[in-house]
Amino acid sequence: MSTRQFGARIERNIDPKLLRGEGVFVDDIPLPQPLHAAFVRSPFARARIRSINIAAAERHPGVAAVYTCDNIGDLDVEMPLLIPHSSMKHPHTQRPLARGDVYYVGQCVAMVVAVNRYVAEDAAALIEVDYDPLDVEIDIEKAVEGGAPLVHADAPNNIAAHFVQVSGNPDEAFAKAEHVVKIRVQVERSTAAPMECRAVAARWDEVSQELTVWDGTQAPISLRGGLASILKLDEDKVRVIAPDVGGGFGQKIMMFHPDELLVPMAAMELGRPVKYIEDRRENFIGASQERTQIHYIELAAKKSGEVIGLKDSFLHDTGAFIPYGIAVAQVASTSIAGPYRIPNIWVEFKAVYTPTVQVTPYRGCGRPQACFAIERAMDQLAEKLGIDRFEIRRRNLIGEKEFPYPREGLLFADGLKVTLDSGQYHKALEMILAELGAANFAAAQQQVRAEGKYLGLGLAFYVEGTGLGPYEGGHVRIHPITGKVYVNTGLSCQGQGHDTVFAQIVADQLGVKPQDVIVVEGDTKAFDWGVATFASRAAVVSGNAIHKTATIVREKTIEAAANMLEADAADIDLHDGAAWVKGSNRFVPLAAVATASNPLRYAFNKAAQAATQFAPASRHDGPPLEEGKAPGLEASDYYSPPCATWAYGVHGALVEVDPELCTVKVNKYVCIHDCGNMINPMIVEGQVHGGVAQGLGGALYERLEFEPSGNLANANFVDFLMPYATEIPDIKVMHLETPSPLNPLGVKGVGEAGCIAVGAVVASAVEDALKPLGAGRFHQVPLTPSMIQAALDRAGR
Amino acid sequence: MTSRRLKRRFAETAEDPTLQVSLTVNGELIERTASVRMLLSDFLRHELGLTGTHVGCEHGICGCCTVLIDGKAARSCLTLVAQADGTEVTTIEALAAEDGKLHPIQQAFKESHALQCGYCTPGMIMNIFGRFNEPEPLDLSDQGIRTMLSGNLCRCTGYVNIVAAVRRAAQLLGRV
Repeated sequence: MSTRQFGARIERNIDPKLLRGEGVFVDDIPLPQPLHAAFVRSPFARARIRSINIAAAERHPGVAAVYTCDNIGDLDVEMPLLIPHSSMKHPHTQRPLARGDVYYVGQCVAMVVAVNRYVAEDAAALIEVDYDPLDVEIDIEKAVEGGAPLVHADAPNNIAAHFVQVSGNPDEAFAKAEHVVKIRVQVERSTAAPMECRAVAARWDEVSQELTVWDGTQAPISLRGGLASILKLDEDKVRVIAPDVGGGFGQKIMMFHPDELLVPMAAMELGRPVKYIEDRRENFIGASQERTQIHYIELAAKKSGEVIGLKDSFLHDTGAFIPYGIAVAQVASTSIAGPYRIPNIWVEFKAVYTPTVQVTPYRGCGRPQACFAIERAMDQLAEKLGIDRFEIRRRNLIGEKEFPYPREGLLFADGLKVTLDSGQYHKALEMILAELGAANFAAAQQQVRAEGKYLGLGLAFYVEGTGLGPYEGGHVRIHPITGKVYVNTGLSCQGQGHDTVFAQIVADQLGVKPQDVIVVEGDTKAFDWGVATFASRAAVVSGNAIHKTATIVREKTIEAAANMLEADAADIDLHDGAAWVKGSNRFVPLAAVATASNPLRYAFNKAAQAATQFAPASRHDGPPLEEGKAPGLEASDYYSPPCATWAYGVHGALVEVDPELCTVKVNKYVCIHDCGNMINPMIVEGQVHGGVAQGLGGALYERLEFEPSGNLANANFVDFLMPYATEIPDIKVMHLETPSPLNPLGVKGVGEAGCIAVGAVVASAVEDALKPLGAGRFHQVPLTPSMIQAALDRAGR
Repeated sequence: MTSRRLKRRFAETAEDPTLQVSLTVNGELIERTASVRMLLSDFLRHELGLTGTHVGCEHGICGCCTVLIDGKAARSCLTLVAQADGTEVTTIEALAAEDGKLHPIQQAFKESHALQCGYCTPGMIMNIFGRFNEPEPLDLSDQGIRTMLSGNLCRCTGYVNIVAAVRRAAQLLGRV
C-alpha cells in the first residue's frame, strides 16, 4: 500500500517554477505589441466635474486612445451590485469612468492607452479636469448625524444599509442581568496590500471573435460571466485566465475594478493587446479596502460570569460604494458571540457611506472586528467580576457535547442559519494556558517590574465560518499517454498551494504520487463551473468536490483494470501508479488502463496497440464503446456544502511594553487552532503564520490615514507600515483536529484564521502590561505608540 | 463592438530620447538601444524577457525587484538601465543549474515552505544570495537573519519559514 498523502507534509508542486523565476504573472504574459493603459484619477474626495479636456493627451506622440465616460459606449453605466440585500435602501456602485461626480480620491476619470506605460502616464498628465470640490465628512460617527455632507444625495445620513438580527430574547436577558458591561471599540481602515498589485491584460482575436483576458483575480469564472454580460459577448467567446497571482487576500475577489472592464473594451476596440498593471500608489487609492468599524457592545452576565445576553450596535464604513453588499458587516454581526454560548443576542449595524475607496472583503472579512469587540468585552467583564481572563472564558465556552450549536435568528453571509458544527474549545483553552505558562506569569511579571520592565499576557478566541457555498466542482482524468492525473476546479490560486493539496486528495484515491497529479485552475477554457476563491473555502468546497470526483474515477479504474487483469474488482488495489491484483505481482499501469478504456483506431504507442479495434483485448460483442459508457478514465462531480463549517482557535501572546518609548515587543506568540482534518499541515501552518503577520500589522502598525479632506496621506510603503521580518516574532502553531461532520473529508477552512484574533490579543496583552501604571483600557487598533503615550499621560505618568 | 472596421494604425514607439547600453546580464553581454528613462526592472522584464524579477512598489521599499549589480543586491526599480551601463547584472534566472536543479537557497526555500504566492520570492532570494556571496561570516541568530531580510516585504508567509530557510540554506552551503 502507498502511504496516505492526506495529512502529509508534502513540499509544493508549484515551488520549483516560482523559485526559478519562471512563474507567470499577468505582466509576464508575452503579448504581441501590447498597448499600455494609465488612468487619470480624482484628486478630490467629492467633487463635481465641470469639464474634461483631453485634446493635448490625444495629440501626444505614442498615444493610441483616450477614454472618458463620453466614449466608452455601453460601459458608461453603474457597475453591477454583486450581492443584493433587502437591508440596502440606496445601493450605489461606481461607473468605470466618472460621469458628473467623483466620490473618492483615486476614482478613475479618464484612461489613456499608449505604446508604453511611460508615455501613457505622460499623456494622462496632460488631461485637464476642472472640478468643483464639495464638502466631505470622513468620520463615520459624524457622517451619520443630520447635517453631515452627503456622499449620495438619496442616502439620508449617509446610511447605505441598516440591519438588525436577533437570537433568543435579549431584552429579557438584560432585564435579568446581575452585571452589564458596555464598551466602545474601534478597528481602523486597512488594505490587503498583496505584493503583486492588481493587473489585467486583454487580447481580442478578430478572426475567432474571441476575447482573452488575463486577470490576477480570485474569481475567473464569475469575471467571465460579468464580462460576457456587460460586453455583450457569448460566454464561450470570453476566456478569463488567472495565471500565477501574487497574493489576493480578498482584494482580488472584488469585481469589477474599472480597469477590468475598460482594458478588455480597449483591446476589442483598438485591435491590439492592452494591459494595465496597477502601481502601488494606485493599489492604495484605487483598490478595495476594509476594516473600519465602531462597535458599542454590551454583555449581560450573572455573578458567576455566565454571559446570558449580548447587544452590539456598530457602524461599518463601506466607502463611497457598496458593490459587495453587506457581506463584511453581516459576517461581523453573525460572528459577534464568538465561541461562547450566549443564548440571547441583538446585533445591529449601519453601513455608512464615506467619500473613500469602496470597502469589500479583506482577509478576515469583518471577523477581526467582531472578535475585537467580543474579546475585549470578555476581558472587561472578567476584570469587573474579579475573575481571571481564562476562567471567564472557560465558563462560557460551548462544550464539546453541545454541538451542533445553532444561533437561531442569525443568518450568515451564505444566507443560512449560523450553526457552529464542532470543536474542542475547552481543550484549546487548556493548551494555551499551558503553552503561555499562564500559571507562573504573574510572578514573572512582578519580578521584572522592579527592573522597570512591563510584561503583559494577552489572549483571544476566535471562530470562523468557513467553506461557504454555493458550490465548486472537480474534474479528474487519467491521461492515457503518461498515466498522470489531470485535475481541474473552478478556483484560482494566490499562493495557498491548491495544486499540492488537491493533488494529495486525488493521490490517495488513485494510488499515484502527488507529483504526478497536475492541477489546472484559473482558466475558464479548462473548467468553467464554479464560483471563486474566498471565505476560506477552497479546501472545503473544491477539496470535497475533487475528492468525490476522484472516488468515481477510482471505481471506473478498478472496474476497467479488473477486466484487463481478469480478476474480481474487489481484488484490485491501486498503488504506485498501477492497478494490482491484491497479493500478487500482476499489475497494469494506469496509463494502460486509461488507454484501454478509450477504443482507438490508431496505434500510436505500445499501450495503444492493445486498444485498437483489431486488438484481441478489444474484441467483444457490440460497439467498441458500450452504450451509456464514456471513453477514458474521467469524471466530474460537485460539492455543495449544507452550510458553513466553523473553524476556531485561541491565540496568546507575551509582550513587553516600554513605557518610555511606548513600543510593544512581542516576545512569544502562540496559536492553537483547529481547521478539522488537515490535508497538509505544512501548508496550514504557512497560512496561519501569514495570517498572524497580517494581524500583527493591523494590531500595531497598519492604518490608512485619511486626512479630513479625504486624501489618503500614506499611500505608499514608506508611510503605511507593513511589517518586515524584523517586526514579526517567531509564531508557534499548535494543532487540534476536530473533523467537521459536514463534509466527507472532515475539513474546515484556514485561509483567514490567522489574522482574526491578533488585534484583541495584542490589546489584551498591552493592557495587562500597563495595568500597574494605571494606563486603562485599549479599545482601538492599530495600537500605536501615540495611543500608549496618551494613555500613560492620562494616568499622570 | 464586434463589427469589422478599418484596421487602425498607431505609433509603434515613443519619441523618448534613447541611448546605447551595454551590460552583462547573467553572464551574457547585452547591447541595446533603450529609452533614457527606462528602469532597469522594465529593461530586464520587457526588453530581455527576464520576468523573474518582479516589481512590487516602484519606490524601493518592498524589495521584489532585487537583483545583483556587480555582485551587490540592488533595487532594479530604482535604477535606470542607463545607470547599469557597463555593469554585471545577475537575476533570479541565473541561480538554478541549466538542467533546472535548484540552487541550495532555492532548495532551502522549497523544503521550508518559505514561499506562498512566490511574488516576493525572487527578490528575497537575490538579497540572500548577495549576502551569502560576501566573505564576512553570516549572523544566523534569529535577529541576524531577520535583519538580513529587512529589505524585503512578504505578505504571505509571516517570515517564519523564510527565517528557517536561510538557516537551512546556510547548512546546505556549509556556511554554518
